Amino acid sequence: MRENGRWSQFVFWIAASLVTLFPIYWMFVVSAKSRVELFGAPNFIVTSIFWSNYTDTLTNPSFQLYMMNSLIVATSNALLVTALALLACYALSRYRLVGKENIFFWTITNRMAPPAVFLLPLFLLFTRAFAIGDWKLYDTRTGLILLYCVFNLPFAIWTLRGIVEGIPKELDEAAFVDGANTWQVLTKVILPLARPGLAVTAILTWVFAWNEYLFAATLTSVHARTITTGLAEFVTVTGTNWGQMAATATLTLLPALLLVGLAQRHIVHGLTFGAVKG
Amino acid sequence: MRSQATGWLLLAPTLLILAVFGVLPFLYVLVVGFTSWNSFALDPTPHFAGVENYRRLVFDDQFLHSIWLTVKFGFWAVLSEVVLGYLLAQLLMRDFPLKGFFRTIHTLPLMVAPIAVGATWRLLTVPGLGPLPYYFDHWFGITLQIGRYPSQAFMTTVLMDVWHWTPLVTLTLLAALSSMPKEPFEQGQIDGASRFQIFWYITLPLLRPAILATVFIRMMDALRIVDEVWMLTGGGPGAATRYIGLYIWRVVFPKTDYGFGSAASLLTLYFTIVVCWLLYAGLMTRRGQDTQD
Repeated sequence: MRENGRWSQFVFWIAASLVTLFPIYWMFVVSAKSRVELFGAPNFIVTSIFWSNYTDTLTNPSFQLYMMNSLIVATSNALLVTALALLACYALSRYRLVGKENIFFWTITNRMAPPAVFLLPLFLLFTRAFAIGDWKLYDTRTGLILLYCVFNLPFAIWTLRGIVEGIPKELDEAAFVDGANTWQVLTKVILPLARPGLAVTAILTWVFAWNEYLFAATLTSVHARTITTGLAEFVTVTGTNWGQMAATATLTLLPALLLVGLAQRHIVHGLTFGAVKG
Repeated sequence: MRSQATGWLLLAPTLLILAVFGVLPFLYVLVVGFTSWNSFALDPTPHFAGVENYRRLVFDDQFLHSIWLTVKFGFWAVLSEVVLGYLLAQLLMRDFPLKGFFRTIHTLPLMVAPIAVGATWRLLTVPGLGPLPYYFDHWFGITLQIGRYPSQAFMTTVLMDVWHWTPLVTLTLLAALSSMPKEPFEQGQIDGASRFQIFWYITLPLLRPAILATVFIRMMDALRIVDEVWMLTGGGPGAATRYIGLYIWRVVFPKTDYGFGSAASLLTLYFTIVVCWLLYAGLMTRRGQDTQD
């Protein structure tokens, strides 16, 4: 009886996994076929890959720019956010600062606001206020890198705080006694011990920055467009070239496929702000 | 050695960035909401207009329609996700072959870019290409055309959200279930409680804080959905899936009616807070009543 239950569960989860994977698999199928092959009844078997969809996309100069922008923005943002969050968490855990619990809570609330609400003021600020002479923050990678901190910093601070607090205070006290300054304590004591947590934080913030679309679409026009905006352009501009759109979408979700193993434990803790133990 | 000044110095970059890119836009939108400002108008400079923008908004059918749609979307999406997520979490509590592998596959949608989620669902539902319209027609004789039928478009956006976010609910409830004490369940079985009684009187009350937190977080996210829906339906057909985020983005933005757009943004923020607060208060009250019993 129990043995039966185990196998019926197994069969159920095979079916459930097919449902989960089906949309992604179909996208891959479309990306691997030519227009002619896609005509008629759906065919789920890929016998040979029609590489044109990928090569056309990858050799397209504007796609290359988008890809490069996405890589630069996501990587810079992840590094910046992780570094700043480490400093902030260290400050919150080791110093007696007035109202630090309120500061912590306020930091977290920055992530909860609907992004659409901030589109208009940010657009106005980026095009008019944050400008020096001819240079504007609008349509720059710097603009996106700094802006993404607003939703990534709260996430990173939330994830890292427990880790920094878990490092025994005696370790940095000992280093201070040996004559180290704050910077040395941070880089020589805290950083090595917090490394696994820092890696997870950096990777997940990288994914969030890579995935972001709304701000990238509104606050850039030509030079700083990212891969997600490129994907959206397929719908409005070319519209019918499904093969290339599917190829672009596949390239966009590649990081997700590679990093899914990490997601389970850490993403749940981060996305729910620890309301539930992950 | 541990001077307050050093602590503030370490915190300063974080506070500065959040102030400039989080607080400043909020204050800015607050001010612009009280002005009449349109860069396409004859006079493209801002003028103080009092509450005129808000008066226009409250009587704007499209805005009210968007809010109503968003609530409807949030309700159906979050309800389905919590029920489905709970069932899947219960199944994952038991042991079966390759459990870890299946759980990882189930987690996959969480990491996919929302815009790519929209793209995959568009590829599934485009007539003449997607398998869904094809099989609906061949097996059930139903014409599935989300670019044409509003209710089909609405249901597809809900389904897409369920596909995307149920894993989060499953994983949070699974974590909560795993950390629950075993004794009440054993006691319940000894006392001869039925499976339903155990669920209703033991599991549900113990799980309520986790469910509350999950519903709250999911609702907050569901109310601000833009990317996936923009990619799937573009807010259409007509305004059938023009949720509040899309309203601000696509209706207010191209018109460059900055004053009106700011007022709409602020009201949306207010509306989000109110819905979440009502939800929270509602769920908390029920909890209070139950403990009195």
